[in-house]
Amino acid sequence: MIATGQTLKAVAEIKGRSLWVDARRRLARNRAAMASLIILALVALLAVLAPLLSPYAYDEVNYDIIACAPNWWPAEAACRAPGHIFGTDSVGRDLFVRVLFGARVSLAVGLVATLVSLLIGVLYGATAGYLGGRIDTLMMRLVDILYSLPFVFFVIILMVMFDRNFILLFVAIGAVEWLTMARIVRGQTLSIKQKEFIEAARAGGVGPFDIITRHVIPNVVGPVMVYVTLTVPGVILTESFLSFLGLGIQEPLTSWGVLISDGADQMESAPWMLLFPALFMAVTLFCFNFIGDGLRDALDPKDR
Amino acid sequence: MTALLEIENLNVHFALADGDVHAVKDASLSIQEGECLGVVGESGSGKSQLFLAAFGLLASNGRVAGKVKYRGEEILGAPAKRLNALRGGAVTMIFQDPLTSLTPHMKIGGQIVEALMLHRRVPRAEAEQRAREMLDYVRIPESARRLKQYPHELSGGMRQRVMIAMATITGPDLIIADEPTTALDVTVQAQILEILRALKTDKKTAIAMVSHDMGVIAGLADRVQVMRHGEIVESGSADEIFYTPRHDYTRMLLDAIPKAGEKPTPVTAVGAPLLTVDDLKVSFPVKDAGFLRFGKTQLLRALDGISFTLHQGETLGVVGESGCGKSTLARAVLQLLPKTGGRVVWLGRDLDATTQSDIRKLREDFQIVFQDPLASLDPRMPVGLSIAEPLKSLEPQLSREALRQKVRAMMQRVGLEPGWINRYPHELSGGQNQRVGLARAMIVGPKMLVCDEAVSALDVSIQAQIVDLIRDLQAETRLALIFISHDLSVVRRLSHRVMVLYLGRVVELAPSGVLYANPRHPYTRALLSAVLSPDPRAERVRKRELLTGDLPSPLDPRAQLTFLKSRLDQPGYRPRLEQVATDHWVAEHD
Amino acid sequence: MMAYALRRLLGAIPTLFIIITLAFFMMRAAPGGPFDSERRLPPEVERNVKAAYNLDKPLAQQYLIYLGKLAHGDLGPSYKNKDFTVIQLIATGLPVSARLGLSAMTLALLLGSLLGIVAALKQNHWQDYSVMGVAMLGITIPTFVTAPLLTLVFGIYGVSLFGHELSLPVGGWNGGAFANMVLPVTVLSLPQIAIVARMIRGSMVEVLRANYIRTARAKGLPTVRIVLGHALRAAALPLVSYLGPALAAILTGSLIVEQIFGLPGIGRYFVQGALNRDYTLVMGVVICYATLIIALNFLADMAYGILDPRVRLS
Repeated sequence: MIATGQTLKAVAEIKGRSLWVDARRRLARNRAAMASLIILALVALLAVLAPLLSPYAYDEVNYDIIACAPNWWPAEAACRAPGHIFGTDSVGRDLFVRVLFGARVSLAVGLVATLVSLLIGVLYGATAGYLGGRIDTLMMRLVDILYSLPFVFFVIILMVMFDRNFILLFVAIGAVEWLTMARIVRGQTLSIKQKEFIEAARAGGVGPFDIITRHVIPNVVGPVMVYVTLTVPGVILTESFLSFLGLGIQEPLTSWGVLISDGADQMESAPWMLLFPALFMAVTLFCFNFIGDGLRDALDPKDR
Repeated sequence: MTALLEIENLNVHFALADGDVHAVKDASLSIQEGECLGVVGESGSGKSQLFLAAFGLLASNGRVAGKVKYRGEEILGAPAKRLNALRGGAVTMIFQDPLTSLTPHMKIGGQIVEALMLHRRVPRAEAEQRAREMLDYVRIPESARRLKQYPHELSGGMRQRVMIAMATITGPDLIIADEPTTALDVTVQAQILEILRALKTDKKTAIAMVSHDMGVIAGLADRVQVMRHGEIVESGSADEIFYTPRHDYTRMLLDAIPKAGEKPTPVTAVGAPLLTVDDLKVSFPVKDAGFLRFGKTQLLRALDGISFTLHQGETLGVVGESGCGKSTLARAVLQLLPKTGGRVVWLGRDLDATTQSDIRKLREDFQIVFQDPLASLDPRMPVGLSIAEPLKSLEPQLSREALRQKVRAMMQRVGLEPGWINRYPHELSGGQNQRVGLARAMIVGPKMLVCDEAVSALDVSIQAQIVDLIRDLQAETRLALIFISHDLSVVRRLSHRVMVLYLGRVVELAPSGVLYANPRHPYTRALLSAVLSPDPRAERVRKRELLTGDLPSPLDPRAQLTFLKSRLDQPGYRPRLEQVATDHWVAEHD
Repeated sequence: MMAYALRRLLGAIPTLFIIITLAFFMMRAAPGGPFDSERRLPPEVERNVKAAYNLDKPLAQQYLIYLGKLAHGDLGPSYKNKDFTVIQLIATGLPVSARLGLSAMTLALLLGSLLGIVAALKQNHWQDYSVMGVAMLGITIPTFVTAPLLTLVFGIYGVSLFGHELSLPVGGWNGGAFANMVLPVTVLSLPQIAIVARMIRGSMVEVLRANYIRTARAKGLPTVRIVLGHALRAAALPLVSYLGPALAAILTGSLIVEQIFGLPGIGRYFVQGALNRDYTLVMGVVICYATLIIALNFLADMAYGILDPRVRLS
């Protein structure tokens, strides 16, 4: 018997160390990514529990305490509003609960729009990559053309046309980001398709459907996951951009974009109106970026 | 006399994401002026890192400690200016992969004169003149034109010659050649080694030759160091190492090399052939991107009329270099690629007349093992699942438990621990992964196995084991085997008959004994001549039959007439296969 | 090279066409028309007005009429600003936006590349971390936060630098005076500086790992020569591909910046036009932007061909 240096005995089977386990281990060692995960979880928790965390409703107007600073505000302020830990906005609404509700909307937009872009991008990219040849060239040329369009312009036109429809907002923003997703999925599909183990599977009599589900998809998931994590901040930024232009979420619902936009107007007289939503948004975006980078390094470590 | 280069107790560490690696452990060596030192070892031996570290070329996550003296001067840790003055001037390097080792956006001429102008302060005009002369020296035709070309416009062999020119033009004392011929075809390798030999005799340059190939070392080295896992396990003169090796590892390395005279157990071809291939043709349209995207579509004839038969228990060796179509042949026969002409008949059935789903069922009968063990396994599947997959597809009625049993049995058969059934490919070595590939192919009980360069990516010591395994499996199951390789010595161990391919056509087909003893076609003779044996004395005096230049492009219609130049006036003519003896066929040649 | 250029040019024309078509039909698909918000006109007057603007014809025909006029360089009158044609409006606004945008682009490319190269050469040292940290900030903080912030610091409160009081104007174009341009250009280019810096750092790090850089080092070339002669060209390639999207992002950002700083560019025409259903104005602006981007893409493709001989000669 050909020896591999091991004696053969009937042993219990050794558990293998899959690539996912390796990646998870590497991710766990990335302190920035781990911290970001925790912070994100906290923000999400706050957003979910928003109504329970404040005695005020998010649309509760109170003209007695317009644009007042919180009690603990260190600098000078025209008025103070005890009991409102983030102060109040320009019609006396509690800023804290509005920031949390804004979190709900912004995170929801982030996730849903990203999902939309994921769906479109994956379908488009996987089809182009798998079919290959002329169809692939055509589809990718279309992507190239659309890539350099200022997509946001069309989103603006859409939003204007359909009068800031909430659902449309999600879809439109998702439609902005699908291009890069499609490119990534197509690139991955192409490179997987050419790998030898796909040919080996064909030689082994495996049918095309099984090849796609068993071999192609698990190998494409990794980079797609990374890109999904990195798309969310872009989506949240786009939403805030639209809100600034007055084309985003409608009153009395609010998002971080709307809050920041309002706060920017009042920056001199009531800086807390800008500070808190901007802080929350910046921290959340940082977290997503760190996690995305961490995932990328974990799945494909290039020793830095 | 002070040695040219002296390395003492060199240690190299790498900090990787998953831990620290001690790549070179306490290595010491010296090189005298004008001598050639061969450093031989398998993958992971640290032989390349040794020299990279000595001259400050390590990657940023590497650390080096020890003493390195060049002409008595300590250079490890020397200031960048001193190192830069040394490198490229007195000490130059040649690397393994010439395509990625040349700057893609710089003209060849510019890259060659760069070092010359910097180190020897030669004005540009004169430097270009010398560059041209250097290109002529390394036998690149049309040297003036080549100077203005970019690396991707040259073939692999030419690029390596350019690297040699670049390394020689400053008149260095020492050239470090790191696996310079590993990525090249065998006949091209022979030419490159000739140039290196000439450098040694003409210009008295010292050479540090790093290679995993004992044959390469045998032909060039005066002294040899054997490395394993970062340590130098044996050193001595070439004669000492090759004829009287002392260390077990050295002996094992030498034993693993297939020797002349090894032959497979003869087999009588009984009954009807399993496989008949008749005038098989496979062509690919290649877009020659011309003006406005409407380029001419040329036809690349990857296979241009191949015919042979295969009987049970018989091994057909298929040899050839890049572009000969051997991989295409494997895939076309196995119906993994569509063919454009000819017939493939399996067990009397013309596979043309068979539906796709029937062909899928037939896949039980013929299987394939690929070249790159790691690439041919899905990295996200445990090896047990990879092995089970063909069986699952072709016999879906088997229960999970029954599958598992079969997989474990097969793993044992190919020499793998059955307990590794849940291991992943990246946890196994190259040799072990190739056994997995074999298990996967054999588990459905095929009648024919195609090995497409199945051992070429493995270390020499492992190659021998896998070849033995294949022989055993063949003896046990009376498997018909098509063994494809560029390595003639490995093919000899397994094959009953050998078929030599050149640019998609057969140039010689004969029983293996006959082919190796009495090759007729000039291409076969060049191939055999290029085979290196681990016998320094023989290598030093051997007369070689060298081809001139690189392999022509398969798109060139005159390429087929390379060995039949008398018919160049009929550019579409293809040399016919003529029978010169029973069972010995040779293509027309001058 | 000529063949390559021609190929690229021919690819650009359908792009423009698609954009025009998309914009046209999208605007028309919205409910409402340009005259809805005004006082209701008597029916015959309304009919006449609509006929004068060709709004009574079927959509497809309107499209063709528009294309025909376009071919003659006639972008039509602005439906809302009745005294002006679209071309006139654009002519006043375009120079402003163009100067703003191109300045921001140039700043982003030069400063971003410089920072990226420094970060790559000093990988994992403090220079690397600080550049990448600032870049992260630049990407995550939106323009409409940095704009008021910087305005506050440099405009309203003022900053004392080297003993001089430095206070920048907070709005208005002032005929393109340098002082007026500092804040808007900085704000507009910040996200792009960040993106370019990250991109260059990444691609430079990867290029420096390549085999041919090892060869260059083995030839004893000094670091400066290796970076400038061998590494830079290859590292710049992804940047060249990014030029188009970069301009698109800057044009998008200019909408906000022009609004905040009160600059008379064409950005405001777009937003106002969209809100007012001023079809021709919106179309005019879209065509303007699209042409700019396509032109830049074309130049970028040329640059790519020059930088990478493999693409050019294939």
